[in-house]
Amino acid sequence: MTFWRNQKIRGWLYQFAALLLVALCVAVLADNTLENMRTRGIQSGFGFLSQPAGFDISESLFGFESTQPYWQAFLTGLGNTLKVALIGIILTTILGVLLGVGRFSQNILIRGLCLTYVEIFRNIPLLLQLLMWYLVCVEWLPTAREAEPFLGIYLTKAGLALPWFGDVPVKAGFGIKGGVTLSPEFFALLLGLTIYTASYIAEIVRSGIASVPRGQLEAALSLGLSRAQTMRLIQLPQALRVIIPPLTNQYLNLTKNSSLAVAVGYPELVSIANTSINQTGRAVECIAVIMAVYLTLSLLTSVLMNAYNRRAAIKER
Amino acid sequence: MLNNTRIRQLAGVALCLTAVALPAHAGKTLDTIKSRGELVCGVNVALAGFSAADSEGKWSGLDVDYCKALAAAILSDANKVKYVPLNAQQRFTALQSGEIDILSRNTTWTLTRDASLGANFVGTIYYDGQGFMVKKELKIASAKELNGATVCTQSGTTTEKNLTDYARANKLDIKPLVFEKNEAATGAYHSGRCEAYTTDASGLAAERTIAKNPDEHLILPEIISKEPLGPLVRRGDDEFFAISKWVLNALIEGEEYGLTQANLDEKKTSDDPNIQRILGTAEDMGTLLGLDKEWAYRALKATGNYGEIFERNVGKNSPLKLERGLNKLWNQGGILYAPPIR
Ligand SMILES: N[C@@H](CCC(=O)N[C@@H](CS)C(=O)NCC(=O)O)C(=O)O
Repeated sequence: MTFWRNQKIRGWLYQFAALLLVALCVAVLADNTLENMRTRGIQSGFGFLSQPAGFDISESLFGFESTQPYWQAFLTGLGNTLKVALIGIILTTILGVLLGVGRFSQNILIRGLCLTYVEIFRNIPLLLQLLMWYLVCVEWLPTAREAEPFLGIYLTKAGLALPWFGDVPVKAGFGIKGGVTLSPEFFALLLGLTIYTASYIAEIVRSGIASVPRGQLEAALSLGLSRAQTMRLIQLPQALRVIIPPLTNQYLNLTKNSSLAVAVGYPELVSIANTSINQTGRAVECIAVIMAVYLTLSLLTSVLMNAYNRRAAIKER
Repeated sequence: MLNNTRIRQLAGVALCLTAVALPAHAGKTLDTIKSRGELVCGVNVALAGFSAADSEGKWSGLDVDYCKALAAAILSDANKVKYVPLNAQQRFTALQSGEIDILSRNTTWTLTRDASLGANFVGTIYYDGQGFMVKKELKIASAKELNGATVCTQSGTTTEKNLTDYARANKLDIKPLVFEKNEAATGAYHSGRCEAYTTDASGLAAERTIAKNPDEHLILPEIISKEPLGPLVRRGDDEFFAISKWVLNALIEGEEYGLTQANLDEKKTSDDPNIQRILGTAEDMGTLLGLDKEWAYRALKATGNYGEIFERNVGKNSPLKLERGLNKLWNQGGILYAPPIR
């Protein structure tokens, strides 16, 4: 058999040719873009990243001053993205699993409630849900000036202010000073992402559990395990390998959906990039940064979840 | 199952940008407009007095009238304009990618924009400045009292940086809350999430007129920046750039020489050489621009002179009731000064 007839080698060659073609297209497109931008007098380059940003950011994990450079503004935005995504993923997993398991409850009320939840929140566009939660936060809560503390906690239009290691929030001027504050923008986004994504996770968990053969349930029950024990020890662990791949998808979705935050004023990565695009005119560059960051986050999530999936997979013996 | 409008929007922007990736066509904007029979004008989505569509989809406003005058000068018909509503964020990309011929959308002339966007500012159609609006119940009389306040604004505008500069210069602790949509920014202000809303003073006046109870809101006296608003065209087409500039100048000169929509035809018999040049009754100035001698007559006939446009859309004959202020002619105490049509 000659070299060309070898299936495997031919496969590799085809893939290599395809890759080369794609790379060539990208290169031509990039070159053309740069050339056209130059002839049209549109400036380009990443040099602006080290210039002072000149704008303030309403919330940040480690503090941000307008004199700091753009790249630090981007980092601040990324920090805000990660903050809402990580907390959101944890909360939505808990909620989603509870809802999914609830669909197998003996209690018809619980089953019905879980089903209703899924049907409602899965079918309303996320953007609307975010706007609704935000409206609830800023319309119904009192202003900081009118508010009275409850156990040292303030819940106002300015957010949720909690005492933190003896640092008790107090009214000051227009707002609340001291303690830790969760802004209504963060809160609305977190709530929206968690509740929306949980409706999908619930379905994933439900179908995962349903995929476990009924014999397993019957065997466990006849061994004298309770319903709850059966779910926890027999059904869920076996369902995991069906659940994890689509769950990864939902985690990625949640992270990407956090970019809807611009609608409710939460300063995450895309919001910071928007401001930077406007101030510097470097649209291509800022969008490239956004794409690179989301790609990295997605790949990272996939890698982690795949590793976990390998551990959860049934070991064939 | 990528259920993500935001990413899709970004993809849209990216797609627009790939339009830049296609080979550049030598820009004879004037020919394109003539063969298309239509001027494509980027305007604000909704800003009372500057650019807004009524229930029948008819556009009006100061920025819109400029487009009409331009269309009248080029195409002899002020109605041959296609309006493309753009938010703050999209406006420059739309111009760069060739989606619009001209951007007439309360856009501030700054060095960064002039030098790095591949666009040229045609001139200033409205001298503005950034201010603050607060609810009267806060009992604030000056922007200096905004220490500790949260201020709502729209992203993609010059306002964020001005606000930060002002806060730093006056040692005020101000927290900016930035929304992509103007309605979201004003919504958060009205709900009480923000103590103040900031944008161009003209924009504040527009917002106040459409508020539920305009009397509950106060526009603070401080003007914290210079915001010369004007139209922009793409670089690389000096002919169209010149036409855009001179139509704006003609509207201003028209006021200077007392040419109004109503008296324009009478004035055709005027023996003032300045008026004769503007109206094309003696010397032909239009040919120099690639137009004909009645170009300015048609522009003025379509919209009236600058003063008429101002009063009708944002001045005393409008709900906004803005003062002419800086936007008076140079010989009447303002800074509006058009180079001569000569
Ligand atoms: N002149 C400023 C601000 C222009 C601007 O976009 N203003 C806002 C607030 S008045 C606006 O018109 N928003 C209307 C919208 O996007 O719907 C600039 O050029 O950046």
